[in-house]
Amino acid sequence: MNSNIIIFTKKYKWAILTILILTVINMTLPSLGTNANQLTLSNFLTMFGVLPPILLLIGLLDVWVPKEIMIKYMGENSGIKGLVIAFLLGSFAAGPLYAAFPVAAILLKKRARLSYVMFFLGVWSTAKLPMVMFEYTSFGGLFTVLHITTNLTVFLIGALLIEKMLTAESKEAVYQSASALSE
Amino acid sequence: MTSIIIYSVVTFLMIISFIKSPQKTKKAFKIGFNSFKKLLPSIIPMMIGIGIVLSLLSPETVSSILGEKSGFLGVLIGLGIGSVAFMPSFVAFPLGANLLAHGAGYPQIAAFISSLMAVGFMSLGLEIKYFGKKTALIRNLTALVASSAFVFVIWRALL
Repeated sequence: MNSNIIIFTKKYKWAILTILILTVINMTLPSLGTNANQLTLSNFLTMFGVLPPILLLIGLLDVWVPKEIMIKYMGENSGIKGLVIAFLLGSFAAGPLYAAFPVAAILLKKRARLSYVMFFLGVWSTAKLPMVMFEYTSFGGLFTVLHITTNLTVFLIGALLIEKMLTAESKEAVYQSASALSE
Repeated sequence: MTSIIIYSVVTFLMIISFIKSPQKTKKAFKIGFNSFKKLLPSIIPMMIGIGIVLSLLSPETVSSILGEKSGFLGVLIGLGIGSVAFMPSFVAFPLGANLLAHGAGYPQIAAFISSLMAVGFMSLGLEIKYFGKKTALIRNLTALVASSAFVFVIWRALL
């Protein structure tokens, strides 16, 4: 019984800490607190709007897409094909960046190349199609084009470099931790 | 709107999957549900943390800070706020456009918008849990470099 509470507390230590901070803010600065409560609530609603279906989709991908297929299309030796697929997956996405993490994880679990998965995260963050349209209408063509081209160039270089920076063991550790969260 | 589309698409796929193989579909559901359970300890603090930071860094605060600051310091502040804040694009884009209309500089707004989208300080905990400390840090650092490169390019292009 006691050890269960300890495990729970350990697991949820950050949750407990942030709830405490929010409570203190509510007691000392009520107007700021009310605002923070509303924003927190709306964050949870946004999260429930995207994360559960994305996780279900990942479950479906896991059971229906064999590893061999993923290795063929996005694996170590998939070449430019893997890069293009990473780009398309990222640009047809919707939702905040944290919703991309589970998708990236299932790609890794199926042995997609780490560089391509990192590039996919970059595309998701910067060049999701609906957001590109919106950016174009908000800031104009030049801003949007420069934003996407410079960012994607740096993401591509960074994605290719990340493999050079990690040792074989730490690369394997990335694959393991991503897989462990999608089981 | 987005969530209606995602929920409908996934429901549709789940139904097709169930018709083809109920066992596999059950397994898929279990995988999805389990990963949600594993993510909760990281998601809850993230949602509350974002709520607290956003209440401090409201769109009004951001515009009062970014609106008057210019030059290199303004760029640094833009990068800083963008990295820490967490704002959906449908709030951030109109905010940025409005600031530009009121005389804020393009490089400062570029710094804010680009780092807001690509650097995720508030989601770093979750990112580390998925990909490990080193990979998560390198990705965020790359995103910061990318944002700085964009600022440099737009500074050259527009001034």
